Amino acid sequence: MTPEELEQISEDERATQGQFQHRVNVCVAAGCVSCQSQNVKEALDKEIVSRGWEKKCQSKGVGCMGLCAEGPLVSTGAGTLYQHVTPADAGEILDALDAQPVTRLVCRTDVPFFQRQKKIVLENSGIVDPERIEDYVGSAGYGALIRVLTEMTPSEVVQEVVKSGLRGRGGAGYPTGLKWSTVAKAVGSQKYVICNADEGDPGAFMDRSVLESDPHRVLEGMLIGAYAVGASEGYIYVRAEYPLAIKRLRTAIRQAERIGLLGTSICGTRFNFRIDIRLGAGAFVCGEETALIASVEGKRGTPRPRPPYPAQAGLFGEPTLINNVETYANVPAIIRNGGDWYAQIGTEKSKGTKVFALAGRVMNTGLVEVPMGITLREIVFEIGGGIPDGRRFKAVQTGGPSGGCLPAEYLDMPVDYESLAKAGSIMGSGGMIVMDETSCMVDVAKYFMDFCMTESCGKCVPCRVGTYQMNELLAKITARTAGAQDVAMLEELCDLLRNTSLCGLGQSAPNPVLSTLRYFGDEYKAHVDEKRCPAGVCGVSEEAP
Amino acid sequence: MITDFSKPTAPSLDKRWRLVDATMRRLGNQSRGLIEALHTVQETFGYLDEEALRYVAISLRVPLSRAYGVATFYHFFTLKPAGEHTCVVCMGTACYIKGAPQLLSAVQHDLEVKPGETTPDGKVSLLTARCLGSCGLAPAVVYDHEVAGKVTTQGLRERLGKWTRHDS
Repeated sequence: MTPEELEQISEDERATQGQFQHRVNVCVAAGCVSCQSQNVKEALDKEIVSRGWEKKCQSKGVGCMGLCAEGPLVSTGAGTLYQHVTPADAGEILDALDAQPVTRLVCRTDVPFFQRQKKIVLENSGIVDPERIEDYVGSAGYGALIRVLTEMTPSEVVQEVVKSGLRGRGGAGYPTGLKWSTVAKAVGSQKYVICNADEGDPGAFMDRSVLESDPHRVLEGMLIGAYAVGASEGYIYVRAEYPLAIKRLRTAIRQAERIGLLGTSICGTRFNFRIDIRLGAGAFVCGEETALIASVEGKRGTPRPRPPYPAQAGLFGEPTLINNVETYANVPAIIRNGGDWYAQIGTEKSKGTKVFALAGRVMNTGLVEVPMGITLREIVFEIGGGIPDGRRFKAVQTGGPSGGCLPAEYLDMPVDYESLAKAGSIMGSGGMIVMDETSCMVDVAKYFMDFCMTESCGKCVPCRVGTYQMNELLAKITARTAGAQDVAMLEELCDLLRNTSLCGLGQSAPNPVLSTLRYFGDEYKAHVDEKRCPAGVCGVSEEAP
Repeated sequence: MITDFSKPTAPSLDKRWRLVDATMRRLGNQSRGLIEALHTVQETFGYLDEEALRYVAISLRVPLSRAYGVATFYHFFTLKPAGEHTCVVCMGTACYIKGAPQLLSAVQHDLEVKPGETTPDGKVSLLTARCLGSCGLAPAVVYDHEVAGKVTTQGLRERLGKWTRHDS
């Protein structure tokens, strides 16, 4: 594969697509697939054939269009978006291509949900067919890789990423450029690149969506990373719970190998790189980098103390670059448009955009990509469309089990790494769960503590025993049998876990408790002193319906 | 000292063992392939029994304790066969907020099983998931590998009714 050959593929693809007068795109990402969007696509294909429109109208499956709650979604070349499409609507949609859109199915796109987003990571989602490399190449895909291989030295690539100010999107926000340069400088006979796609946070589905909608983008990011640090082998560690993402990744790797973008002497250079998939098996702790590495090595996923950091001694003891899916997905755009371009977006310390999985008690649930620094209010009330059923906003939870619940007073806070940390939560991988007055915050804290307790790997005592004890205390509070000393003990344990646990799981496990104690202390009080649950949640679900 | 090692023969003539062998071979029959091998066993046989664990452990030259350790560490692996149908209730945060606990208690009440158990007649297994990533469609339930979104207690009961009615 030479740069010219790739350009040829790109031109051919654009020419082929340009021949069609009309285009109908059906979302085939997980959200819409679970609303049977495959049947919609089949119905459209059948209808196109029966009309003899094969040369006139192209129908293709594309990635996530964002508004998962209104699926199955179908978009047309003219920019019309249809929601809740059923196979029976196929004929009507095709009829409307030459006329006015089908009013009954139209989903308005002039609303904040679509207008307020800024798409970098998701720029191809909903546009390219995730199962065809040609479509990705036709949308300037792998252009950044070619540029890197033919025009840039590895250190120039690292410099560009440093300049962009990109920070790790897995949650902790470590500067990506710094990580890359550490691995690039590390000495080792063999270096590895790992993509962390073990999206374990309950309530987060950004990585899944990126992998299902635009897998080649992640491969391209990994290839660029491998070139920059001098690695020749890569692994994608993906959850076994995401079968569709795994299937599309496998297809994407095969396609890239076939046209010589993975393998030996890529683009006629001395750069070799191959990627293999490793399946996670349902362990939240494997999101922690040293635990993930242990799991890739075929062992139990338990973390180990750092240093040495994986950048020095990671997979099989060699220098390893490990980044999250979304981090890699940002890289091709940074190379294409330059680090300075990327650094213009966002806030002073948090650059670029962030993808959030908006869910819970909010009108528009789905996937959104917004510039850093946007306020929570804009996300929840403008993009999210507010709270349904006329209820009142109570809290927004970010960062999953390691994050916290933020009350209404913080709605005008900008969303960036520092502000969220200061408010007692974290950016996390991007799950954002909205809660209204029907949620009891003590119950939510208990939910997360139960999660951390089950997911604790058991290696270090503070986490293994502490999460259990905290869960027991929270159970006592929700059962309304606790006294003031129990709350004091809970606070003491929070401090203990945070300061003495081995890895991020235990250190951050108290966050949901601490943040709810801080902002919703009156709810704890009501449970302890008045023996009642203000939201009416505790003690209800245990009774048989 | 390096001792001679010959790969053990498969526990039975079942052709599915060839798939397991292929996975182990692809990863060089080394211990690093343990998790992948167990994934293949579970995919083809549905669960991991002692025989399979022994076979994989010996083939990859790891102690049985390590194979068992890995199999029990990860939630995805199951050591028991599943029922004829499986019903997985997602307990992710979004589903939890939108009423997954009520769905779960409805199933527990109707079928008289706890999460992780199978009804005595082997018809239905009830499982819970940490998060399916279908949060936009919360609450979500997986009926026999098919994800259903915005599930109501009534819808869930109808579906379970279809599975458990013996006259159908």
